[in-house]
Amino acid sequence: MKYVDEFRTGDRAAGVAAAIAAEAQPGRDYRLMEFCGGHTHAISRYGIADLLPANVRMIHGPGCPVCVLPIGRIDQAIRLAREHGAILCSYGDCLRVPASEHLSLLKAKALGAKVRMIYSTQDALRIARENPDKQVVFLAIGFETTTPPTAVAIKQAQAEGLKNFSILCNHVLTPAAMHAILAGGVQIDGFVGPAHVSTVIGSRPYEVFASDYGKPVVIAGFEPLDVMQAILMLVRQINENRAAVENEFTRAVTRDGNVKAQALVDEVFELRESFEWRGLGTIPNSALRLRRTTGADFDAELRFDVPYVAVADNKACECAAILRGQKRPEECAIFGTVCTPDNPVGSCMVSSEGACAAHYTYGRFRK
Amino acid sequence: MKSDYIRPLDIKHGRVDMSHGSGGRAMAQLIEELFAKHLSNEYLAQGDDGARLPAVNGRLVMSTDAHVVSPLFFPGGDIGCLSVHGTINDVAVMGATPLYLAAGFVLEEGFALADLARIVESMAQAAKEAGVPIVTGDTKVVEAGKADGVFITTTGVGVLRQGVDLSGANARPGDAVFVSGPIGDHGTAVMVARGELALEVDLESDTAPVAASAQKLCALGTDLRWMRDPTRGGLATALNELAQQSGLAISIDEHALPVRPEVAGTCEILGIDPLYVACEGRLIAVIASGAVERALSALGAEAADVGEVRAEPEGLVLLQTTLGGSRVVDMLVGDPLPRIC
Repeated sequence: MKYVDEFRTGDRAAGVAAAIAAEAQPGRDYRLMEFCGGHTHAISRYGIADLLPANVRMIHGPGCPVCVLPIGRIDQAIRLAREHGAILCSYGDCLRVPASEHLSLLKAKALGAKVRMIYSTQDALRIARENPDKQVVFLAIGFETTTPPTAVAIKQAQAEGLKNFSILCNHVLTPAAMHAILAGGVQIDGFVGPAHVSTVIGSRPYEVFASDYGKPVVIAGFEPLDVMQAILMLVRQINENRAAVENEFTRAVTRDGNVKAQALVDEVFELRESFEWRGLGTIPNSALRLRRTTGADFDAELRFDVPYVAVADNKACECAAILRGQKRPEECAIFGTVCTPDNPVGSCMVSSEGACAAHYTYGRFRK
Repeated sequence: MKSDYIRPLDIKHGRVDMSHGSGGRAMAQLIEELFAKHLSNEYLAQGDDGARLPAVNGRLVMSTDAHVVSPLFFPGGDIGCLSVHGTINDVAVMGATPLYLAAGFVLEEGFALADLARIVESMAQAAKEAGVPIVTGDTKVVEAGKADGVFITTTGVGVLRQGVDLSGANARPGDAVFVSGPIGDHGTAVMVARGELALEVDLESDTAPVAASAQKLCALGTDLRWMRDPTRGGLATALNELAQQSGLAISIDEHALPVRPEVAGTCEILGIDPLYVACEGRLIAVIASGAVERALSALGAEAADVGEVRAEPEGLVLLQTTLGGSRVVDMLVGDPLPRIC
């Protein structure tokens, strides 16, 4: 695959790995958090840990949309399908998330609820057009990457007067989560900054983490060589006692980002005062909802009686500490025993981008 | 007295109705004018509830497989030939010579007879090419909406070759792991044929019999340890079963895996790993390291030596990545590609 294989070659990886090994100073620890689940996946999928010196340690961040979605939100989606008879459209990775009463969207489907897996918001709109006598709800989740397509769908639905379409909005904001992690006092020496999120928001929103928190941020693409190059750039900043926002992913990310997408999101969405994140707790100004003045008609939380009810996580589950980078997956007592990708207890085990699922699936031979 | 005139089945425009499963005249006509016509052989011609088959010399192998693929017709094949290949391949990779097939059809009311005829013709063609007659069968009809066109279950019987006893437990550290050709073609072709993904990919299913290749490998004697056709769950799942059965580790090299660019590209877009995508005309084998050259010449130009059996870590499949790292290749969780066969 052209433009893909070039970023996965072993000889170049060996070159970057040698540079990291040469520049990482013995006796110094480099605790680097990759915020995004996409990076977590790449690190595990390609075995990048094998290519790093022991004192360069990757901490998996909370940038996995499925992982930070609280159980109560899935419960709402299930209730929309089961109690309100809606056709619930969801991206595939949400279907297996464990919800209350031993349910998941997939299990609700088996019980007769109308749950449809979709690949894009356009699929949800099509289903709404094809079923004018049914309510169709899109379970909108994700960071800034998936928000613009939801905004487009809302604009289209408005233009078409699609009365049977609405969204259960769970779009969340990356910088808010980074603030929450740093405020929590986690020992992090630098961030591998998001790839796709940054194509939308640009590199500017991370500048505060360099200036106010003194943390280097290097925005990186999702290919393994991108990640390794970013690690090298972080090691260099740390060695030089610098904290700046640098951009490894110059082929897709600019300082200003996608201004058009930002304007669209701003037109359709407004900030929620607070939002509960799984693992990180309730964070002010960290999520979006449809603008009350223009988009309220398409908000499933207003159209249907499905109040959000917070549900406590399993007591033994360490997802909260893992999502904050305070613990590693293998330090959780139920990792790989009670909690596996087949029977996930915590959210980090559900999505392939989750820290626990990635470690279990790809790295568990490393004990 | 004149014999009763029976209007022939309208294959071109007709549709399956409930009477075709009733056991009465309509069913008899469907069997005679459609199934028996295309699948004819001396055993089917006996016309009884079962087939009387000649005695065989050796241990029998039996395998059954239900086919629910959607769509029914896809580039490179259809549910008909797939239902023949699926079962005879399962028999063949046991080290047996496939001898006979039985076929059970669940038809949905309203299904076009023209499509059914295409499917049965395809089965007949596949059975003929493989030299394995369909000797008995059954047809049931369910109401519209209770099935999806047609489901086909086939059962195959074969006779085990003398001295052949294949098992994952035969594998030894140092043995080589082979695949007979590119992986993931079938699953990718079917997925794209569904048309839900708005992808255009020039790719055909690999559905085909593997019995000839299997027979050549059996000639290696005890140097052939184990064979499997990596259908649902793909190469990764079959190798995990091998790792479990042998209690050994299977190490595969990402560089050496044969994956067509069309398959790699489609999987990349969909976030699916080709290691988990079904093949329907490939086999994988574990061969003693001393027999590698003979195995390669038996399997043909598309075959590849993709890895080796190791002592540790027990029960796991490891992949040496193109990047130079390593990772576990786990059993599949969930089903990213339902109804692929």
